[in-house]
Amino acid sequence: MATQKNRGALSIRNVTKIYDPEGVNVMAVDDCSMEIAAGEVCMIVGPSGCGKTTLLNAIAGFHSITHGEILLDGELLCGPGKPKADQGAERMVVFQHGALFPWKTLAENVAYGPIVQRTMRKSEAFEKARDMLAEAGLGDVVTKYPGEVSSGMARRAEIVRALINDPKVLLLDEPYRAMDALTKSIMHESLLETYDRTKVTIFFITHDLEEAIFLGDKVHVVTTRPCQLKKTVSVEIPRPRTFETQSSEEFRVLMEEVNEAVHEEAIKAFQAGERELA
Amino acid sequence: MSQNTAILTTRPNLTRPRGLAKVFYDVKKSLTTPTTYLVFAGIFLWLFTWWLLCEGLKVDRFDKLPGPITVAKEFFSVQPFQGISLFTDIYYEHIWVSCRRVAIAFGVATGIGVPLGLFMGWSKRFRDYSFPILETLRPIPILAWVPLAILMFPGFEAPVIFLATLASLFVTTLNTMLGVDSIDDAYFRAAGCLGSSNWDIFKNVVVPGALPFIFTGLQISIGVAWFSLVAAEMVSGDLGLGYLIVDAYVNSVTVPMVIGMITLGFVGWVTSVMVRMLGNWLMQWHVRALALQGR
Ligand SMILES: Nc1ncnc2c1ncn2[C@@H]1O[C@H](COP(=O)(O)OP(=O)(O)OP(=O)(O)O)[C@@H](O)[C@H]1O
Ligand SMILES: [Mg+2]
Repeated sequence: MATQKNRGALSIRNVTKIYDPEGVNVMAVDDCSMEIAAGEVCMIVGPSGCGKTTLLNAIAGFHSITHGEILLDGELLCGPGKPKADQGAERMVVFQHGALFPWKTLAENVAYGPIVQRTMRKSEAFEKARDMLAEAGLGDVVTKYPGEVSSGMARRAEIVRALINDPKVLLLDEPYRAMDALTKSIMHESLLETYDRTKVTIFFITHDLEEAIFLGDKVHVVTTRPCQLKKTVSVEIPRPRTFETQSSEEFRVLMEEVNEAVHEEAIKAFQAGERELA
Repeated sequence: MSQNTAILTTRPNLTRPRGLAKVFYDVKKSLTTPTTYLVFAGIFLWLFTWWLLCEGLKVDRFDKLPGPITVAKEFFSVQPFQGISLFTDIYYEHIWVSCRRVAIAFGVATGIGVPLGLFMGWSKRFRDYSFPILETLRPIPILAWVPLAILMFPGFEAPVIFLATLASLFVTTLNTMLGVDSIDDAYFRAAGCLGSSNWDIFKNVVVPGALPFIFTGLQISIGVAWFSLVAAEMVSGDLGLGYLIVDAYVNSVTVPMVIGMITLGFVGWVTSVMVRMLGNWLMQWHVRALALQGR
């Protein structure tokens, strides 16, 4: 897989998304704009229910947007006249609750993409799948079903399943949410290692501020619903980052900066919730 | 070091047992759990109660019924008084005819019901066409179809099979459709992301995702097939276990009646196990995941 510093730039321009369940309009995203450079690790943090998943779904092509446009490398994904992006393997999603097919072994899961896209022959795809799984430390469990391996392994396999398609952008929605701290840190190392190898653009939603700063080049803090960009924090800690990075002064200062912005929004979200109840 | 070997007397077995080794493993394991013993105790208790009611205490009205000993004597006799035993050809003829009917009915119902249910679950539009019809026909008790079936089809064979097919078709279709509904949307999205065509999604998500529900449905459906077959045979028939039972009743011979019932129970159970085994074989992923949860 070649390094791809020059592809995978996402432009989100004035995107608005209004859900319309039962005639009640829910504005999930309002006039939200952000630019994500090619090969950047971009972390999205914001209060619960603010519309982060909605934004990701719009990029992936799972649903339409109401206004605005989204471009990938200057090409229109969705925008005026084309409310819903086509789903495609250049934007691979890793799901919040995991979506490896439980009825396929890890190897079959990983080989699935290239086989259905007809970019590889079956045998080739399986060989590549086994190689890539081995590279991710999953060489011993390629013939196991997702239900038989730990959640950490399943999550790594899912990222491998995405990467075998050589995507331009990797879209991750709180992939490490329910994991214990130890597994999480192993996941982080493995993701960073993958990133160093592929330099794929990463769009990563999280609630965990430490995770955001540790992994990201940019941390985009978004507002409470409707989702807008509130603040962008650039993380200029050089890579490769290690475990010690998290105890550095630089890290602490960034934490404070992000925390302040997030806290403000969290309070707003809380108060908004109270208003709705009153 | 020597202490270690003392604790670990046998080496841990790291490969999954297969074939005959698997059978041995299962038998050995079943003897170490209380389940097997409880099953036998349950059967014994049941037989004992039956015996007590009919032969031991001769409770009023129960004394008209054959007890387990009478039935067993007749069942194993080479020249049965009431015409049916393990050594009469007619006994196997009844079993064979009923089994063949169930096999045809279940086969046809599965062949139609599974694809129908899959499409109904998968395509909203197709469901809109077909679901209301299914939902109005389904609550009609299968016995209410008997006159219609007799009018529609000639002879004994066709109406009886038709009734069993119909009953089992509804169950299979509905369960299959619910199976598709049960599939998490994330799998469809993931498949879409990975560049699947509609046909790829059908093969790789819809079918395997619905399989656990389909097989739950098939297990119920084979039971329903037996149920409605026997009911139909009792109303109209010339052979078969349902006919055997009702014919014995009409001729006031009670033992063949009971033999017919027990045989039905046994054959029904065997067919249901066969369906379950087929399901487990097709759904290794499901079986293994359940085994890890200790089930
Ligand atoms: N299909 C839908 N129909 C109507 N409203 C929806 C729909 N999906 C999401 N919403 C609403 O839109 C808002 C944003 O939802 P979204 O899932 O994007 O939030 P999120 O930021 O991902 O939240 P979390 O951090 O909890 O995952 C929420 O208030 C939610 O209730
Ligand atoms: Mg979300």
